[in-house]
Amino acid sequence: MRNSARSQKIAFALLFLATLLIIIPVGLIVVIIVIKGLPAINWQFLSDIPRQGMRAGGIFPAIIGTLYLVIGAIVFALPIGLLAAIYLSEYSKENFLSRMIKLAIVNLAGVPSVVYGLFGLALFVVFFKFGASILSGSLTLGIMILPIIITTSREALESVPHSFREVSLSLGASKWQTIRHIVLPNAIPGILTGTILGLGRAAGETAPILFTVAAFYLPRLPKSIFDQAMALPYHLYVISTQVPNVDEKIRYGTALVLLILVLFMNLVAIIIRYKFRKKKKW
Amino acid sequence: MRKFKEFIIEKLILSCGLASIFFVGVIFFFLLKEGLALFQFIKPISFLLGRNWYPISEPAQLGIFPLILGSLLVTLGAAVISIPIGVACALYISEIAPGKLKEVLKAGIELLAAIPSVVLGFIGMITLVPWVKNIFHLPTGLTALTGSIMLAFMAMPTIVSIAEDALYSVPKSYKEGALAMGATHWQTIWRVMLPAASSGILAAVMLGIGRVIGETMAVMMITGNSAVMPKMIPFGFVQSVRTLTATIAAEMGEAVVGSEHYFALFAIGIVLFIISFAINVTADLFLHREKTRL
Amino acid sequence: MVKFSINNLDIWFGSIQALKNVSIQISANEILSVIGPANSGKTTFLRMLNRLNELQPNFRMQGGIYLSGKDIMKIEAESLRRNVGTVFALPLPLPLSVFDNITYGVRIHGVRNRVELAEIVERSLKQAYLWEEVKDRLNTSAFKLSGGQQQRLCIARTLALSPEVILFDEPCSGLDPISTTRIEEAMLKLKEKYTIILVTNNVKQAARVGDKTAFFLSGELIEMDRTEKIFTTPSDKRTDGYIQGKFG
Repeated sequence: MRNSARSQKIAFALLFLATLLIIIPVGLIVVIIVIKGLPAINWQFLSDIPRQGMRAGGIFPAIIGTLYLVIGAIVFALPIGLLAAIYLSEYSKENFLSRMIKLAIVNLAGVPSVVYGLFGLALFVVFFKFGASILSGSLTLGIMILPIIITTSREALESVPHSFREVSLSLGASKWQTIRHIVLPNAIPGILTGTILGLGRAAGETAPILFTVAAFYLPRLPKSIFDQAMALPYHLYVISTQVPNVDEKIRYGTALVLLILVLFMNLVAIIIRYKFRKKKKW
Repeated sequence: MRKFKEFIIEKLILSCGLASIFFVGVIFFFLLKEGLALFQFIKPISFLLGRNWYPISEPAQLGIFPLILGSLLVTLGAAVISIPIGVACALYISEIAPGKLKEVLKAGIELLAAIPSVVLGFIGMITLVPWVKNIFHLPTGLTALTGSIMLAFMAMPTIVSIAEDALYSVPKSYKEGALAMGATHWQTIWRVMLPAASSGILAAVMLGIGRVIGETMAVMMITGNSAVMPKMIPFGFVQSVRTLTATIAAEMGEAVVGSEHYFALFAIGIVLFIISFAINVTADLFLHREKTRL
Repeated sequence: MVKFSINNLDIWFGSIQALKNVSIQISANEILSVIGPANSGKTTFLRMLNRLNELQPNFRMQGGIYLSGKDIMKIEAESLRRNVGTVFALPLPLPLSVFDNITYGVRIHGVRNRVELAEIVERSLKQAYLWEEVKDRLNTSAFKLSGGQQQRLCIARTLALSPEVILFDEPCSGLDPISTTRIEEAMLKLKEKYTIILVTNNVKQAARVGDKTAFFLSGELIEMDRTEKIFTTPSDKRTDGYIQGKFG
């Protein structure tokens, strides 16, 4: 018995160590970026265009570009994703078709991000002749985040108790009226969480926008959805690897802005989920 | 009128439900459309097994074997690091950590999953690359090993969260039964929980590896990108390599639309798509098996 | 007057036959109590009358059900369910206010006028003996009411649609004796205007409120007759055995 107690102690210590091996680097990464990036951040950095071959000035066009891309992606992906989630949760039966749809969603989630980039290039840029543009980039990102939105929305819809649907139907409501008036309103927090997670993912991705929208250096704001745009993640890549002698401060500052943007969205999603759990009515 | 409106809405819902299948199909179709054109210039076998990748020489040499090996090497390294640590962490979180700590750790893992890969690549470049260079006395720290370490951190959130789900869905009675028979907590975890959750954990590992193979930005920033045949393990790890994904990302910008080079990059896309498809379908089968068995 | 007429009804869920060759006539302005052990098909029978069964996967039926002479499979499900209301076993308020719970059904069917809606709320709450208790908190969440109040709210919600028939599916199974008495009183009052079918596990309740009683066993209708007859001189031994508590 002593022996098994000792081996338990050792095993638990090892498991704890492994956990620390993940958690400590995560903490370090965030702390390093915050400490080194904070001094770079001021109003000028956030509101100015890049100057002197991106070695000075600010990152305003990249921030705006990323916002446009993210909004475009969500405008495309939210309606399709939400309706797809409604189909899976309310209409589909357990059959071959729904199995195929679920498998397709899993696969969409697993396609490497650079392959999305290739696809966006072939379909939107070349085939539809949208060129490298915000439109092409948004659509590519939109398809990429579709699985996130479908999966989280579906969970939200399915967590609405089945009895509510039955009650609504028993009062003479049609299936769509039931979804519209009972199921959807009660699933909104979960859908919102999924949407924001999707936004965060779209904001941070680089590979899908490499050939579909991203401008290496475009020191002005995009004029229309057919314009190219800078984007934060790509800008960070460019100043880290493609432009020599960029002040480290600017790199860290850019990394910090991107990190804050992405983590902020995740934080909002977590808060919504938490609040919703607490005040759930049933 | 209401009937008609609902008819339209329901058709719309059905077509969006089919959208995922449609998009998977369209993605594959366009990869094939652009990628298969390559094979009017070279044979598939010399594309896959050719040892030279010189896309802009005359004539272009488009063998992706060194890139495949580069991807495999980096993935292998990342797997060796991330699988034991990831599964151990999942065990700790789901079986040992007390309530509050559990929530904190889960939030930490979610945080890691949320960090964009370009940020991880950037931080790897600035911290990890010099360390690797100094520790192994290398001319450059941009090596397969550096890539493996950084990629391990991208695989771990996937492994931890899916493995934790699998452990969580093991029926409580299994655990209680083992404890009631006098097994220690650890013996219960090792002999009961792990085997019971094994197919879910296997799926977690596969999806983690899938994430690594498809990862692009961090890899491109820290593995050095030299498209040469890697040396044997372990020497290959301290050498610059180039992966399939990094090749596409780095070269598509310069490739002329409609050139052999352009087609070749799409052909690499086909290879990646098929790999990720195979991994995801298999992992899904394992997850499904778990569900039907329990 | 015959309200519901059911002829040779068979129902399957997948390969399991839930009802076997059931034929029954239900008169208007009466309470029909339906009794029987678990899995006897009594709830399936009830849910057939407003076509709730067809929401289940693998549902299949044979035979005819006629409401005032019309085949219910030929009536639009939504308008049938409006005419044949249900009160479920557990109090199931929707996650809305008391007011919105009651007006949900009529709003779906197009009533928008606030004054009219307020009148409907007052009338239905009074019929369900709930008005006095909740008239000052119509805008609070229905979940804030007690279990018994919630169940009466559900009755009021059904009454708001002015149905012809009300189906009660073990409506008192989760309630205390006082709430149960209130609901039974409401039912006895309601039969003046409505036709009521009450599925219950409580044999005594069936005896207290039912004008007629039907006994189901293993998916078959064993017998149906006036309640006094069923409880004093049933024609089938099994009915007697169930009422005496020999099985169930």
